[in-house]
Amino acid sequence: MTLLALSGVSFSYGRGSRVLQDIDLAVEAGSNLGIVGESGSGKTTMLKLLLGLERASSGAVSFRGERLDAANRGFMRGFRRSVQAVFQDPYSSLDPRQRVFDIIAEPLRSLKIETDIAAAVEQALRDVDLPADAARRYPHEFSGGQRQRIAIARAIVANPDLIIADEVVSALDLTTRTRIIDLLRSLSARMTFVVVSHDIALVALLCERLVVLEKGRIVEQGATRDILARPAHPYTRQLLASTPRMPERV
Amino acid sequence: MSTLLSVEDLQIRTAARPLVSGISFSIAAGERVGLIGESGSGKSLTALAVLGLLPDTMRVTGSITLDGHPVIGARDRDLVPLRGRSVAAVFQEPMTALDPLMRIGDQVAEVVRRRALRDGTKPGRAEIASRVLALLERVALPEPARIARAFPHEISGGQRQRGAIAMALACRPKLLIADEPTTALDVTTQAEILKLLETVVRDEGMGLLFISHDLPVVATVAERALVMRHGALIEEGPVGTLFGRPSHPYTEGLVAAARAFDAALEFAP
Repeated sequence: MTLLALSGVSFSYGRGSRVLQDIDLAVEAGSNLGIVGESGSGKTTMLKLLLGLERASSGAVSFRGERLDAANRGFMRGFRRSVQAVFQDPYSSLDPRQRVFDIIAEPLRSLKIETDIAAAVEQALRDVDLPADAARRYPHEFSGGQRQRIAIARAIVANPDLIIADEVVSALDLTTRTRIIDLLRSLSARMTFVVVSHDIALVALLCERLVVLEKGRIVEQGATRDILARPAHPYTRQLLASTPRMPERV
Repeated sequence: MSTLLSVEDLQIRTAARPLVSGISFSIAAGERVGLIGESGSGKSLTALAVLGLLPDTMRVTGSITLDGHPVIGARDRDLVPLRGRSVAAVFQEPMTALDPLMRIGDQVAEVVRRRALRDGTKPGRAEIASRVLALLERVALPEPARIARAFPHEISGGQRQRGAIAMALACRPKLLIADEPTTALDVTTQAEILKLLETVVRDEGMGLLFISHDLPVVATVAERALVMRHGALIEEGPVGTLFGRPSHPYTEGLVAAARAFDAALEFAP
């Protein structure tokens, strides 16, 4: 089933030049999609379109086959409930004045989801391997990796179908990064992820399908396996060749 | 090879706690050494200690000898000539390392002029301008004349980092310290900058202390690497051995994590 789709989407900010051009992509339930691109590729704009935070200049963004329509509030509430996001910087994406409990409970409250909030928060904390007493504390008491777990707990608390993860491990140390990737992998059994990153290796670890974005256009998309084995576009080949590798074992 | 930098039992602490506890290492002239560590490991503090740039609130003991001169305990007046002639640095974020109100060419020119003064010469404006252009060409900046007139915000991140490297080269230092110089850059740009750093360091016979959390990046530029954790030096060795047969469990974990990323890219057709 197609969760989110962009068809023939182009986008410009105001009267500026095209930031995205002729974008066709579909996020299928159960198959993580990676979007790889460097600075200026249009990743961030794509993210805003996928989250319904910007409207396409032309073409259509649809959710479960229906066009996103900001005026249809009931539909948008369903969309928000189904599509959540985790952002890059766990230091700026959590409100420092709120306790972790309220941060995680926020989607339940703002989307008016009728459920046992305390139980849902407790479950979300368990899902991200944080102790239950984390709920009473404030974000500054946690490390970067733990904060990213809090952000993930907030994203999953309402049981969304899709999580859009924007450079979620870029700000983290290598060992922390590996643990967060393991967490996202285990959550992939329950929900679908769109992973937006400059790091093709990260995307390869998490996603079955891959989209390569260069200067606002999709230059290649398909199964991650196939693209890595036989990159067709010169830019994809350049990205792969530029990614530093470990030396051969001696 | 002669020893360019020798660090012995370096300890850095604040009133509250130790930050770097008793590390020792050395770098030979022309040697390229990687310093690996995660955040809070003390790697950048170690670099600042070598430059004599630690804040006064930190207590430093042990000894650092750079190009035959003691750094710890030296007066700032004695350190100034060392910075530039013996050591220069390139940092992570070129946008903050460069003066936003000064054209790239003028920033490089200032270094050229100061370095010439130290050598006892006073080149004219035309001579300085031509040296600046040569340096911008050396770091493979396209249209060096245009970039010399540009302000930092008018050029890309990779170009700014090339500008910062040009300034370091203008010092003609014996040791170049590069602290996460490519972390803020795109991978394709990173690949170019790493190649550039390696080439210039090799050509000029400079020593390199390359600080990074990224193992494959370190492997690209360094011959030997040191691993720091919680302020201590836990392992060191030639890059091939260190990454091939790490002996400390922490290094093993880092190597395994880095290899997992590599493996993800190796789908056989």
